[in-house]
Amino acid sequence: MIHARGLARTFAGRGRGKEKEEVKAVAGVDIDVEKGEIVGFLGPNGAGKTTTLRMLTTLLKPTAGTATVAGFDVATQSQEVRRSIGYVSQSGSTSPEARAGEEIMDHGMLYGISQKQAEARGRELFEQLDLDGLWTREPRAMSGGQRRRLDIAMGLVHDPTLVFLDEPTTGLDPQARANLWTHISDLRVRLGSTVFLTTHYLDEADALCDRILVIDHGSIVASDTPDALKRQISGDLVELVVTDAAQAGAAAELLARIADTGVDTDTTSVSARVRGAGHEIPGLIRALDAASIELESIEVRRPTLDDVFLTLTGRSLREDA
Amino acid sequence: MFWRETYIVFRRQLRMALRNPAWVIIGLVQPILYLVLFGPLLEPIAGQLGAQNAYTLFVPGLLVQLGLFGALFAGFGLIAEWRAGVIEAERVTPASRTALLLGRILRDVLQLFVQGIVLIGLAFLFGLTGSILGMVFGLILTVLLGAACAAASNALALTTKSEDVMAPVLNSIALPVLLLSGILLPMTIGPQWLQVVSDFMPTKYIVNAIRELFTGDFFTITTMWGVIWTIVLFAAGLYVGTRTFRKENA
Repeated sequence: MIHARGLARTFAGRGRGKEKEEVKAVAGVDIDVEKGEIVGFLGPNGAGKTTTLRMLTTLLKPTAGTATVAGFDVATQSQEVRRSIGYVSQSGSTSPEARAGEEIMDHGMLYGISQKQAEARGRELFEQLDLDGLWTREPRAMSGGQRRRLDIAMGLVHDPTLVFLDEPTTGLDPQARANLWTHISDLRVRLGSTVFLTTHYLDEADALCDRILVIDHGSIVASDTPDALKRQISGDLVELVVTDAAQAGAAAELLARIADTGVDTDTTSVSARVRGAGHEIPGLIRALDAASIELESIEVRRPTLDDVFLTLTGRSLREDA
Repeated sequence: MFWRETYIVFRRQLRMALRNPAWVIIGLVQPILYLVLFGPLLEPIAGQLGAQNAYTLFVPGLLVQLGLFGALFAGFGLIAEWRAGVIEAERVTPASRTALLLGRILRDVLQLFVQGIVLIGLAFLFGLTGSILGMVFGLILTVLLGAACAAASNALALTTKSEDVMAPVLNSIALPVLLLSGILLPMTIGPQWLQVVSDFMPTKYIVNAIRELFTGDFFTITTMWGVIWTIVLFAAGLYVGTRTFRKENA
């Protein structure tokens, strides 16, 4: 569905008074996505995710390289590409004061669908995406999750075979995110769609994607299944905070028994990576209890993009963010 | 295909404007206030200004003011739409970029047309007399000028994408244009230097042309210049507008 070779985009930097600088937003990426795949495009803000997506969706011309999307060349057959794809951008797709149903009908009609067809398809999508009864609601009066689902409905109104989702769950509460994930995986089950989504949440990529492309500084640094990527990071980060700094050493010893990495101790805080922390923690707490080590708090953090990055690039995302 | 797309965009814009008509009403109230509160001041001095009827002098000015200012600020709505992602969503459809612009301009043009008719109608109550056909032509020139301004405003909006940049730019253009176009009073009563400066203002020729049209003088040099400038501005506005809308990352 997507085949890109050496796709690159440079922007002319606009420093006032300074010398002109070329900013390489995307520095030659190769992307292959097969029909029916759900592929995640993972990277920090500014890594080039959206720029790549905008090139693949014909919103931006590549400065180098080629890409065929849904069988059409993005540079020379942009009309055909647009007809075949759905694009759900980060920034939304509807006016806050418009009515949801009218927005989706107008959007469908811009694809050349008749008004009747657009309405039928729109109502069908509202039903599938749990937007029943919101046809005449204004987006400003919707919840964040509803608005996001409306955006997805907008992107699907013309039955595209390939759907691009740019940061679909950014800014949503956990419940709305989980709900949206179900809808996104449904796209493939119900419509046989191919889905290409960007995210900076590892758990999201994990929950949805068959394959993940990791992008950093405009280049793809890894392409693998979520499991394989996570295997590179050894486990969840478990952090214990003891009440008495004198007991930190003893706590570190107990943590070391279940840890997959070395234990870091910082006065009262003891941390290490533990594979399958959920299973190990109850035993750890019992052991700490038996040793009369008093805990101030315990925290378990699932591997994050930051961790993947650290493993892949040898540096943390936050260092130069 | 192109006209259907233009119509879809136009209909959407019109629907939203009618649902929240505050701006349409404000845009209409302003020239009416001018007509009611300023017009009577002109009546006793109309003769000195070289006009038989104060309103054939004043209404053309108000029309151009409507065309200029109503439309110049049209771009603010576009920035809001851009921020909501609407522009991007429309640009990812196969619809013509020019249609996306034209549909929006047509909404502004329709609004201007209705405002112009209300203004002229009301002016009759105040004692406007003149050539009806001339008024129709005058309204057409106004609408074309408005279309040019709306296109330019949309282009500026899509380039700056910021109300904070748009507002000072537009205000710094609008006030000198208003003052130098002879909208409230004809420039001919001013000193020589002011007249020379105003000679560089295309809208002055348009105001003067509409004034002549209102009195029924169709084939004069003044009218000709007004028509030429209107067409030039119209073409330039549409050119800049469509070019901006076609630009890939606008």
